[in-house]
Amino acid sequence: MSYLIAALSGLIFGLGLMLSGMTNPAKVQGFLDLGGAWDPSLALVMVGAIAVAAVAFARARGQTRAWTGAAMEIPQSKTIDKRLIVGGLLFGTGWGLAGFCPGPALVALSSAMREAWIFVPAMLAGMFLHDGLFKPRKQDDRP
Amino acid sequence: MTIAWHLFTPWSALIGGGLIGLAAALYLLGNGRIAGISGIVFSPLRALVNRRLMAAEWSRIAFLLGLLAAPWAWQAFAPLPAAQAVAGPLPLTAAGLLVGVGVRMANGCTSGHGVCGLARLSLRSLVNVLIFMGAGFLMVALLRWLA
Repeated sequence: MSYLIAALSGLIFGLGLMLSGMTNPAKVQGFLDLGGAWDPSLALVMVGAIAVAAVAFARARGQTRAWTGAAMEIPQSKTIDKRLIVGGLLFGTGWGLAGFCPGPALVALSSAMREAWIFVPAMLAGMFLHDGLFKPRKQDDRP
Repeated sequence: MTIAWHLFTPWSALIGGGLIGLAAALYLLGNGRIAGISGIVFSPLRALVNRRLMAAEWSRIAFLLGLLAAPWAWQAFAPLPAAQAVAGPLPLTAAGLLVGVGVRMANGCTSGHGVCGLARLSLRSLVNVLIFMGAGFLMVALLRWLA
């Protein structure tokens, strides 16, 4: 049951990315192009996503178990450190350069978009490279 | 700044965003987890490389399969939406490395910090989002200036 819910979540997530235009690098760059002809669409993607997700997070507050009985794993970290900041800088730079962030890149990979087949392997290499270079934190894998 | 009204797609953006939020809500309330794509893709791969496939990875793998199935499900009903690349092989490789290192360093990307972090009013995530958005704006400004 829990795998079914997870798979359905992934499917809906991917369809949302496609409908919203996030899987189109040109549109992503159009949103990041404040100085040029700015396309504000992606701000509305965030508004829509956050508005719906916020209801769920408010409901989940104080609960210890999910529907499937799994533990409710809501990140507790409040640490604002150099890693959070430098990581954001590196990620944003790459996002602007290619117009891909991880989710849309994976969907584009599955759509057989040639560019995603270059970007995604490099991204995965970057993830392993990071873990090879830096010691993982205690609270690793929590946003 | 001029707004590109001819490119502006408010309804598909809002509804698509709503679906992303719905997916994050379902994964949270159903499985108790944060729909952060960078963690969902990396965690099972790392477990595989380290030869330890814990039970916890299977729900991530299921999410990932659902995500990868999305274009196939879409294609069964309609042609895939347009996607135009903006970079050649070399910048794509550089961007991939930057994104990979960056999301691991900050423990999240547009979904984990952006959607889920902001939805739960995390200051830590807000700081990260403002920084990666700012860096994205600067990078595109630089590309336009160089072009």
